[in-house]
Amino acid sequence: MMDGAFIWETFLRLIVALRVTLSVWALSVFFGAFIAAGVAWMRGSGVKPVEWVARAYVFVFRGAPLLVQLFVVYYGLASFPAVRASIFWSFLRDAFNCATLSCALCTAAYQSEIFRGALAGVPHGQIEAARACGMSGFLLFRRVIFPIALRQALPAYSTEVISMVKATALVSLVTLWDVMSVALKIRNDTLVTYTPLLVAGAIYFVVNYLIARAFIFIEQWLSPHLRARSA
Amino acid sequence: MNRRSVLGAALTCSLLVVAGAASAKDWKTVVIGMEGAYEPYNLTDPSGKIVGFEPDLAMDVCARIKIECKIIAQDWDGMIPGLQAGKFDVIMDGMSITDDRKKQIDFSTAYANVPAALATAKTSPLAKLAGAGKLINFDKDKAGGAATLKALKEALKGKTIGVQVSTTHATFAGDNLKDVATIKEYKTTDERDLDLKSGRIDAVLDDETAIAAMLGKDDAKDFTEFGPHLTGGDFGVGVGMGIRKSDADLTAKFDKAIKAAFADGSIKKYSLKWFKIDTTP
Amino acid sequence: MAWTTALGFGERGWGPALLEGAVLTLLVSIAGLAIGAVLGSLVAWSKLSGVRVAAAIGEGYAAIFRGLPELLVVYFVYFGSSAALTGLDHLFGGQGFLGVPGFVAGALAVGVISGSYQAEVFRGAFLAIAKGELEAARAVGMGRWLSFHRIIAPQVLRFALPGLGNLWQVALKDSSLISVTGLSELMRTSQVAAGSTHQPFTFYVAGGALYLALTSISDRVFEFAEARATRGMRREAH
Repeated sequence: MMDGAFIWETFLRLIVALRVTLSVWALSVFFGAFIAAGVAWMRGSGVKPVEWVARAYVFVFRGAPLLVQLFVVYYGLASFPAVRASIFWSFLRDAFNCATLSCALCTAAYQSEIFRGALAGVPHGQIEAARACGMSGFLLFRRVIFPIALRQALPAYSTEVISMVKATALVSLVTLWDVMSVALKIRNDTLVTYTPLLVAGAIYFVVNYLIARAFIFIEQWLSPHLRARSA
Repeated sequence: MNRRSVLGAALTCSLLVVAGAASAKDWKTVVIGMEGAYEPYNLTDPSGKIVGFEPDLAMDVCARIKIECKIIAQDWDGMIPGLQAGKFDVIMDGMSITDDRKKQIDFSTAYANVPAALATAKTSPLAKLAGAGKLINFDKDKAGGAATLKALKEALKGKTIGVQVSTTHATFAGDNLKDVATIKEYKTTDERDLDLKSGRIDAVLDDETAIAAMLGKDDAKDFTEFGPHLTGGDFGVGVGMGIRKSDADLTAKFDKAIKAAFADGSIKKYSLKWFKIDTTP
Repeated sequence: MAWTTALGFGERGWGPALLEGAVLTLLVSIAGLAIGAVLGSLVAWSKLSGVRVAAAIGEGYAAIFRGLPELLVVYFVYFGSSAALTGLDHLFGGQGFLGVPGFVAGALAVGVISGSYQAEVFRGAFLAIAKGELEAARAVGMGRWLSFHRIIAPQVLRFALPGLGNLWQVALKDSSLISVTGLSELMRTSQVAAGSTHQPFTFYVAGGALYLALTSISDRVFEFAEARATRGMRREAH
């Protein structure tokens, strides 16, 4: 198990797979953010049918396990001849596209809830004061609501971003070989039980640690007045 | 109760434990791990009971060596840790005997070896490949094997082949076909078959019995087998029981029982019942 | 077989098994969330307390379990605790393998992971409390415990609810990973059924539908909790 050559070989194979993990992750988080902003806006729009659609979206994509979502997007859609004949097929045919799309839709649901919570957590007094000063509409959003909401959203947002790194471990269901899947494959081929998992774990840990530190840095940069609060 | 007597009792207990452990293992009961999700080797019926080729075989060989066998369900991912931790003593899960795996655990004699076959859409040019149904053994027939491989590579150039991950089929495809075709690996055969039907892959390589089972379903009427049946070489000698290296005596017992089961045709009987063909190696 | 038979309650139907799996999933997730709440609030407290050593330990715990893939944590919790238990048992003369029940190991694993995330939610929620309120509490002479359960805890809970709602969903999903312990929760049952009947679509969708049902009930519960918790609070007129 502690065979150095094996560990190194495993490590190299997993680093190659890291590219898959990070690309699916980065693209899905990025596009998911835009979808989430849209959904959060719909949710707060005040127009009942629009709100309802947003709520249904969040319900389905947060409630169903990502595994099921991946399955439906990749295999489910492909089983309809109508889909295969349509213009979407050249996009949906590819496993990477499907996986990224599915992950984006999933993270968007979670992200929209984070946005919603952050927006609701903006102290009403601040908004009133801004309105009293004559701010409204986009200026109000840009100057008052967004900065405060952003700071409040950061802890939960970093959670979600890191969750997505680990969620990519499911994409082997749709034939993409990410770090975790390759580790499990090595495990099945060689029957060495813990080493591939430990190496994979180390890689995930480092990646996630770096992301977490990046968020802490952003948090501290944005909130100098909130540092070192004691209970 | 004073401290000294407690200490004395504890010391005695631990000495007895050590003494007990020093004697050789007397196999009365053996726990066997199976997935219960790998038809027809083993599958779970709705009542939760595990049935299939391997449960039948297990009961048979255990009776022969007069050991009581208990079958428990275990997810594949936890199979090897379970074996090594002592949760069970034997793995029977359609596990192919490979050299890589032999480094970690011991295997019994192979008790089944299903040749591999290929399938594709009826409308595909692949369907016309020569040598349909003929059995080619890469170990025993080097010339025939080389010729078959050449023909396969020609036919599959530029195509996409689907295999199940961590199987001998995946190894074969990876070793021999990667330079001419795209290989897509799937976690389960059901998912791979779905992709065959939706046209994402052009051909699948799998156990002959699995291919037959897939083609027997209603929604597979547009698909057919093609090309020869393959065995030997990368496909290995078959599947065997996985046993800890430290339990060589158990391996020997099961080897004897399996050989006896071959001799009197029992294995062939179970094989015909579950695989519908004779899979004795 | 027709999908109605496969999902049904007849002899070959997987209906009852799926429902049992759903119940198990729910129970394990609740247990995990509870364990996580305890761990999470401890870690959040340690980080906010300003005591360097406590904060370091809390951060270390959070960093490890946020950074590791959940599957790995489940493995190590399950096989690690079983190995420890077996070792203990051998010390007293036992033989063979003593396994920690899948439920316990699963709940522990989910809890340990959830706790590391709940810490951040609690911390963020605490930071959202108006500073003025804390100062006022101190000015009025409230002691630590009083200000905690009168001022801090209710508001932390209020602000944490959306985040906790998210984490509950995460706990529900994480529970689907504990199938390696052999526990027949919903995801494992769906996959076993899918494999046994060769109807993956049917059982993935059925399993998904059951998870949605669990989610739907949870959503109601959290909505109710949020409405109650934020009563009297003025919200942005969206």
